[in-house]
Amino acid sequence: MLSRTAAQLYWMSRYMERAENLVRMLDVTHSLSLLPQSRGAATELAAPLAVTGTLEAYQARHPRLSAEQLFRFMGIDLENPASVLSCIRQARENAHAVRGQITAEMWEAINTSWLEARELARKGVAEPSSFFDWVKERSHLFRGATYGTLQRNDAYCFIRLGTFVERADNTARLLDVKSQLIAPAVDTLAPVDAPSESAPDFYAWNALLRSLSAFEAYHAAYRDSLNGRRVTELLILRPDVPRSLRACCDEIRMVLPQIEARGGDEDAGRKVKQSAGRLALRLEYGAVDEILDQGLHPWLTGFLQDSARLGRDIQQAYFEAQ
Amino acid sequence: MHALTLPAAGHYDEMLLQSGAIRPSYQAFADWLHAQTPDALAKKRSEADLLFHKVGITFAVYGDEAGAERLIPFDTVPRIVPADDWRMLERGLRQRVTALNRFLWDIYHDHEIVKAGLIPAEQVFANAQYQPAMQGLDLPLGVYAHITGVDLIRHSDGGYYVLEDNLRVPSGVSYMLENRKMMMRLFPELFAKYSIAPVAHYPALLLNTLRQASLADNPTVVVLTPGPFNSAYFEHAFLAQQMGVELVEGQDLFVKDGFVFMRTTVGPKRVDVIYRRIDDAFLDPLAFRSDSMLGVPGLLSVYKQGHVVLANAVGTGVADDKSIYPYVPDMVRFYLGEEPILHNVPTWQCRKPQDLDHVLNNMAELVVKEVHGAGGYGMLVGPASTAAEVGDFKERVKANPSNYIAQPTLCLSSCPTFVERGIAPRHIDLRPFVLSGREVNMVAGGLTRVALKAGSLVVNSSQGGGTKDTWILEN
Repeated sequence: MLSRTAAQLYWMSRYMERAENLVRMLDVTHSLSLLPQSRGAATELAAPLAVTGTLEAYQARHPRLSAEQLFRFMGIDLENPASVLSCIRQARENAHAVRGQITAEMWEAINTSWLEARELARKGVAEPSSFFDWVKERSHLFRGATYGTLQRNDAYCFIRLGTFVERADNTARLLDVKSQLIAPAVDTLAPVDAPSESAPDFYAWNALLRSLSAFEAYHAAYRDSLNGRRVTELLILRPDVPRSLRACCDEIRMVLPQIEARGGDEDAGRKVKQSAGRLALRLEYGAVDEILDQGLHPWLTGFLQDSARLGRDIQQAYFEAQ
Repeated sequence: MHALTLPAAGHYDEMLLQSGAIRPSYQAFADWLHAQTPDALAKKRSEADLLFHKVGITFAVYGDEAGAERLIPFDTVPRIVPADDWRMLERGLRQRVTALNRFLWDIYHDHEIVKAGLIPAEQVFANAQYQPAMQGLDLPLGVYAHITGVDLIRHSDGGYYVLEDNLRVPSGVSYMLENRKMMMRLFPELFAKYSIAPVAHYPALLLNTLRQASLADNPTVVVLTPGPFNSAYFEHAFLAQQMGVELVEGQDLFVKDGFVFMRTTVGPKRVDVIYRRIDDAFLDPLAFRSDSMLGVPGLLSVYKQGHVVLANAVGTGVADDKSIYPYVPDMVRFYLGEEPILHNVPTWQCRKPQDLDHVLNNMAELVVKEVHGAGGYGMLVGPASTAAEVGDFKERVKANPSNYIAQPTLCLSSCPTFVERGIAPRHIDLRPFVLSGREVNMVAGGLTRVALKAGSLVVNSSQGGGTKDTWILEN
């Protein structure tokens, strides 16, 4: 497969996944901002900006942090390259360039998303929740069309790879930002016998789980009330929760051997597998207590560094041949 | 019943006679048409629009804001060509394209036709499309134009005429294929009534032609596109996919050790044939325009070593230039010793003083075109212009006569077409696609373009033209 094609397939799925994850984050922010006891509302609102590194760009455009402005900026503002609709546009532009490599169903799913997105950007959105649902549905549709119609070849592998590299990154960032917001982190993350969570923290963990569609999984796994330690374990280490770091890493490790190795020179492909292995080491043999001993933030920082390295190795091995 | 507007006097209509009687080739269609309700047909048309949108058969319009994409309007009344007409056209196309390839070989080798005094030397060698780099280069099979699109029109006398030859990067074949798919999907019952020559094997024929163009064993073919923002990008992607070959951009290719390679996820892969959909000037920044980001540095040097085939060859533009067009019938006689089967439109060359006089005195009745223009730009349609516009154009022609040719205003034949109210005649042309490999091949069909404005003769999609499915009947 052409290197450029592989890169465009990979970024197409990364952008689609990013749009979905952004919406999940905005959804949490939105529901938390509706709580009367919402602690430090400004910090809460700033979270999506911090995660996407767009705080300065926001401040340049809007002097005040308000839920409404934030939604416009991160959701539907096409002039903000990090907004949800910008991600959909990027996904569609990449898809446009590789339409010969994807199925008609996939193209239609992504192209229709963009056509509708353009309308939303023009007309505005009255009801954020319905917008969040719409983005998730479009993402599900695209993923479903991919899963259901695309031949299992390199194109499929690069799309899967993009999805899970992006998702791991997004989950880790979300966890990082939220855990810092749920202060004092030391208490809530204290091991085993920690006192039950305070009410605002309960809502915060609750919202985090819901944003990652992991609320039901939590209850199925623990059959107990919410606490930060278990949420951390669930979202980092559980292989059966589809948006956990472990699940993403497992998918990446499954996909990599299926990508055709470079003839004669397997060095590049091997480096990618090594990087993925480094991530796996943290997850497969990690224990939540170790993570908490080290401190969640430092641990996640390390994880994000390793995952960025994996991204760079993928870039070098497959997209920058010669 | 449908409100069928009859053709104006003095025009050839493909379906209707002046009296309203139906030509034999359209009889079965007319019977079918009158059995449909206008509502049912309107529904089918909106279904077609929706499907085309979903598949994304769009084209970008130059000058339109931010590369906006539009659908080329598709009309559901087919253009039907009787079998006898096509037999003649096919022979004529084969003959004409063969002569054009012989001409290209000649002007890049021994210049026999110039020495014979049939074409003035400056018309060839001073032509901006003439590529000195091609002089003396031997191409496999002696083929320069592997893919040719010949624009044909039908005049009021019922005869077919060649309006122009397209030997650079003719486009539109994807519409021929998609229009047929759409018609079969919308109106399968019509295909049971008629015996219509299939066109769907065009990509297979094209791939064969491209592979034959290379001397390499099992050659690797790619389609080279300027990228997603090009107006014909849909077609580039479509053809690559249909042939099962890679669609590459200039940045995907590189030159090393005298060969061309593409960058792939498994390392460099050699490329033997490039079906390039970019103009000569952008192919290689080292040899042509140095500001081109679309091409491949060093490509021309590999080409000249014979290590890669470009389809079409570099320098074919000299043969489809409007200043060379008047000589094509002479080429047929000179190279093949045959009388041309297809006729040219009579053409006045403004570089000749007596022709210029005629053009200036009769401009209001003529169509005047820039010699190097394309896409319906830079032309004047006399009868459709105001006296002021004609006056303006006269000045432009006088300032640079050799830049213009003129032709009588032809009445392109018309074909019934859905318009806002009912069905009315609209003018059409026809572009068949001719493939030259070891032999000359084509599918029985082509792209029919239709001018959607009443009375308009400009069929170009960039100027509001639409398309129709083209049915070549088999007896």
